Amino acid sequence: MNPIVKILLFMFSCVLTNNYIFSRFLGCCPFLGVSNKVETAFGMGLAVTFVMALASLFTYFVYYYVLIPLNLAYLNTIAFILVIASLVQVVEMFLKKSAPSLYSALGIYLPLITTNCAVLGVTILNISEGYNLLYSVLNGTFGALGFLVAIVLMAGVRERLESAKVTSPLKGFPISLVIAGLMSIAFLGFSNMFAGVM
Amino acid sequence: MAQYLPILYAVIALGGLGILFGLVLGVADKKFSVEVDERVSAVRAAVAGANCGACGYAGCDAYAEAVVRGDAKANACTPGGAKTVKAIAEIMGVNAEAQEPMVARVRCQGTCERVSLRYDYSGVHSCRAVSGISGGSSACEFGCVGFGECLSVCAFGAIQMIDGIAVIDDDVCTGCGMCVDVCPRNIIKMLPKDQTVVVMCRNEAIGRIAKNQCKTACIGCKRCEKACPTESIKVVKGVAIIDESTCTRCGACVPVCPMDCIVNFYERDPEAMAVATAQAELNNIDMP
Repeated sequence: MNPIVKILLFMFSCVLTNNYIFSRFLGCCPFLGVSNKVETAFGMGLAVTFVMALASLFTYFVYYYVLIPLNLAYLNTIAFILVIASLVQVVEMFLKKSAPSLYSALGIYLPLITTNCAVLGVTILNISEGYNLLYSVLNGTFGALGFLVAIVLMAGVRERLESAKVTSPLKGFPISLVIAGLMSIAFLGFSNMFAGVM
Repeated sequence: MAQYLPILYAVIALGGLGILFGLVLGVADKKFSVEVDERVSAVRAAVAGANCGACGYAGCDAYAEAVVRGDAKANACTPGGAKTVKAIAEIMGVNAEAQEPMVARVRCQGTCERVSLRYDYSGVHSCRAVSGISGGSSACEFGCVGFGECLSVCAFGAIQMIDGIAVIDDDVCTGCGMCVDVCPRNIIKMLPKDQTVVVMCRNEAIGRIAKNQCKTACIGCKRCEKACPTESIKVVKGVAIIDESTCTRCGACVPVCPMDCIVNFYERDPEAMAVATAQAELNNIDMP
């Protein structure tokens, strides 16, 4: 198959069929925590995208040029968390300087990207799937864009929910969980989209 | 020696990575440094630092920022007391009066021996959970449940569960009010520290039923109403309530209560007792 077509298909599969939230169920904490407003959800999505793309890039080098030559592949979780934590710190400083309102809106969820399992998940998947550098970075970037799509869609739904009439036992968080489940089922429809061609 | 080399490599590799990222972060910190008003950190250092939320802000950091912005008053940190108010007022260059020191009072004396159990509860160890099951396991559905929900939220360790009820140590309690919100029975109330005459019961049931539920329940007999020289104690919905603004803390209502449910905390504090006696003489009230 044409390599460019293959790469394009890979990007789409990262966003739709292998969506980190709806089909791998990683990163649900910020997905539910910061999806109250579209604006902050978008900011969170961008921050995660930045961290995930760079984490994929750096962990690739750390894994193949530091850990593998020294036979330390078993230390990958610790080394990757180190990379992710540093990246999150940089993002935090950057946002504090350039977008203080977004910084305060994201609040505790910003440093919590460190423990966002989607970020660690993408780096570990890159290794276990044996992706090369290009595919690792693409997986990180577009996997995070899938996260962005999911969290913005969720925020849109939750903004509408504000004015909707919800029965009192389901009000607030419970209905959000129900919606997250329904959205996940909807994304199930994409699951076999690229099965024949990839 | 050779078998230790992998360990050495691991230490060097991870340590090296750590140092590298640390250096990058150090550079980034310089590059992205934000000028912070130094008064914020000064105020932050002056407050009590328990993140209790008594000031109405998300935490001590948020409160310090609000004070410097001018949104919050300098005397909102109740746990810090007068010392903190003075420190903040100095930092901000404003005059601030300390708030009246408050203390949380558990208005219940229903210890295990005074209140019987209606059923054995063996579920989640939580006051809210047990009070949701047909009014709770203790016979009195107004009193302390005794599972210590308040104890778990107290940031200062001022609450102890003694004999099935919560007991608050006045000297440790800072008056932040965290326990008030968490109590499902609403028996904890913030009272001025010098309000030492307290009706230690919230039982709204009529006298006969209340008497069966607890040996120290308020039965709504109104004897305290008649004994009060300033008409500050009233029986509302079957339970006596003291109006703190007019109460002179004379303690006249204490001995007349047939159920011993009005407690005079002066008796535990000789110094305050002397003050109260002086106050009573001033108002021509006979001290019991």
